Amino acid sequence: MLAESLALTAALFIIGVIGVLIHRNAIIIFMCVELMLTAVNLTFVAFSRFYGTAGQVFVVFVMTVSAAEAAVGLAIIISIFRHRQTVDLKNINLLRG
Amino acid sequence: MLLQSAVSAASQVHPLSGTIAEWVWLLPILPLAGFAINGLLSLAGAPFGPSDPTAGGHGHSDTGSDASGTSHIEQAVEGAEAEDDHHAVKRHRWAGVVSIIGPGVLILSFLLAIAIWQAMAGAQPSAPFIQRYFSWMPVGDLQIDAAFQLDQLSMVMILVITGVGALIHVFSVGYMRDDPGYPRYFSYLNLFVFFMLVLVLGANYPVLFVGWEGVGLCSYLLIGFWFNDKVNADAGKKAFIVNRVGDFGLLVAMFMLFANIGVLDFIGVSAKAGDLVAGSSLVTAICLFMFLGCTGKSAQIPLYIWLPDAMAGPTPVSALIHAATMVTAGVYFIARSAFLFSLSPVASLTVAVVGAATAIFAATIGLKQWDIKKVLAYSTISQLGYMFIGVGVGAYVSGMFHLVTHAFFKALLFLGSGSVIQAMHTAYHKTHSDEDAQDMRNMGGLKRYLPITCVLMWIATLAISGIPPLSGFFSKDEILGSVFARAQGSTLASASWLGIPGGTLLYIIYAIGLAAAFLTAVYMTRMMLYTFHGPVRTGAEEEKSLHEAPWIMTGPLVILGVLTVFGGWLNLPEVVTDIIPLGPRELLAHWLDPVVGEASARITAGAAQVPATTEQALIAAAVVIAVAGIVVAMVRLKPDRLPRKRDAVPEHGFEGVVANKYYVDEAIDRTIVEPTYAVSRNFLWRFIDNGLIDGLLVNGSAALARGFGWIGSRLQTGNVGIYAWVLVVGVLAMLGALTLR
Repeated sequence: MLAESLALTAALFIIGVIGVLIHRNAIIIFMCVELMLTAVNLTFVAFSRFYGTAGQVFVVFVMTVSAAEAAVGLAIIISIFRHRQTVDLKNINLLRG
Repeated sequence: MLLQSAVSAASQVHPLSGTIAEWVWLLPILPLAGFAINGLLSLAGAPFGPSDPTAGGHGHSDTGSDASGTSHIEQAVEGAEAEDDHHAVKRHRWAGVVSIIGPGVLILSFLLAIAIWQAMAGAQPSAPFIQRYFSWMPVGDLQIDAAFQLDQLSMVMILVITGVGALIHVFSVGYMRDDPGYPRYFSYLNLFVFFMLVLVLGANYPVLFVGWEGVGLCSYLLIGFWFNDKVNADAGKKAFIVNRVGDFGLLVAMFMLFANIGVLDFIGVSAKAGDLVAGSSLVTAICLFMFLGCTGKSAQIPLYIWLPDAMAGPTPVSALIHAATMVTAGVYFIARSAFLFSLSPVASLTVAVVGAATAIFAATIGLKQWDIKKVLAYSTISQLGYMFIGVGVGAYVSGMFHLVTHAFFKALLFLGSGSVIQAMHTAYHKTHSDEDAQDMRNMGGLKRYLPITCVLMWIATLAISGIPPLSGFFSKDEILGSVFARAQGSTLASASWLGIPGGTLLYIIYAIGLAAAFLTAVYMTRMMLYTFHGPVRTGAEEEKSLHEAPWIMTGPLVILGVLTVFGGWLNLPEVVTDIIPLGPRELLAHWLDPVVGEASARITAGAAQVPATTEQALIAAAVVIAVAGIVVAMVRLKPDRLPRKRDAVPEHGFEGVVANKYYVDEAIDRTIVEPTYAVSRNFLWRFIDNGLIDGLLVNGSAALARGFGWIGSRLQTGNVGIYAWVLVVGVLAMLGALTLR
């Protein structure tokens, strides 16, 4: 039972990673990051089924932090959009050396 | 800190502890305080140095009645002032205070030295009195204390330095008072005495070396005292650089001592010197390196070249530093290290040979010099050679005896030449003449105008020539007698030097010494004849301004004259007192016996006693030669027919070579100075410094860093996608590495 759960979460995580790597739209990348977080949350829950409830407590923490992160992240993205009329990361490279 | 002195070394209580000798630290501290006060006054009253172009100009704009107005004028310099106040005396604002402090500290030091000498004469200590103040260099096995050592040898030096030094300081008040740099002059002079006392009081080689370097520094500062003239500044640099060559030898000798014996204090080294094999190459090497240092400081061949140039300094400086005290430091050094030199006959013979060569060489140059101070400079070199003959043949007492008497009569000669030069300079200054005030061809007949100076300088001339019963006769004769006595049976006579048997060599040295004595009498009489006798060549207008020096200058001359006459009583030889009961015999020899007696005996061991008749014959020969020198000079030289300097024609042939000092300076320029310049400029500067260090290392490493930085900056694309890829690949690589491990 644990193995199947972990396989599912790993699949979700990899989908998130691939999404981050192949997309250029900031919003989509942002959603993929959320997907990765969710995959990790699911892992916690799966482990808590076998090793006690500590994992579920962590899930609450992660959701809180990710909500805050989402708020800040979206605000940044909106700000970038207002400034440059685009959220395509290809055009945002101010830190180039 | 200084007060926390403690008696050490000897476990039993030293006879001098608890006496005034405990105050020995005050001897050098007094001149040091004088240096500090005079130096501060110098800084307070005028900008540093004799010339300040900014101060000269506005001195005239606000010449008010207030004190600051006059001080501005005082800051102005010779040459920078306006024509109208050309003859105005530009005395320093603090000149009055300096005139009291400068000589005052020396007189106090001298009085203290007399008190300590009295205590020592009463206590008759057989061991040196050591005063430890603090630990200076505690580095592992190397334990060096800042410590003073008071014994009979250093006592003699202290009395000469503070006594003759005080007289010269007093003379300086008259000679230098009107100089704008007057406080600076006295602060340097006081500092010199401080370092000289450290040199003779140091209880180990490093402390001695501090004094050794310190007097070199003061010598440099005072030679270049009038540094506005490049010639004077160059002379100072020459003295400093030539002395570095010698100091290198001294340092190497110290390193070798530490490496082989492990201690550097005089007591320790003399105690362990017995462990060294007598005559071994190690002792010889140490002694020869030490002697290299002495040739630098005491102006012996090959490092004598700086002393004639050092005459660029004020004349009292030449008297104090370059005749009476500093240049005799090498003689003191060898007497102090007698326990080492007596172990190495080869090194001792080298000292004597170099001394003899220098004595005759410098004497010949002295025959053809026209500058009155140059004559005295070469005379000093020659007489130092005599001292080295003395300490070289193990007659340490004779060497020290000549050191003392030479300090008297040579200081007298230099100070006398100072009053001559000042009279000449004042005369030429009044008529705006640019004639040379130091050239004897411009003098002549000065006995009419400077009678006291003339008489006193004649006394000194007779003394240096060796006319009895003046001091120089006794000391010079004792050196020659010692050479003769050691030529048979002594450890020196049985040694060989570069294949020459020591005995033969000593006879040769004796003959050279006699020849040098003859030349000394000739060139000194020549100097006196040209300076004080015959017609006045100074110039009709200038002649009116010539006058005797003030009492503050003639006073010290008179005292030195008395010392010159009676200096021989310090060490009357037995052979003389047996015939004429002049007084107690061999006082100095008895006085110095606890310090150098053992070393001296090691060299004379086995030497046969010279019969009294032979000794008397030797003395008679020396006197005859000295008189012959004076007579020859009197007969051969014609001061009446001497042309003035501007009419003089240069000498030709061998005379010209001698007049040009055998072209030694030119030869050194060609063989050492110019190649050094060439190598420095073309190889060290252009190739090593500009090419290798600046080009390859400094700029090269900068270019390398810039290159790597450029490569690193290419990684920073600013594209988040690539960063994400790098991150993921990195994580995967780490995971892979962890799982596949």
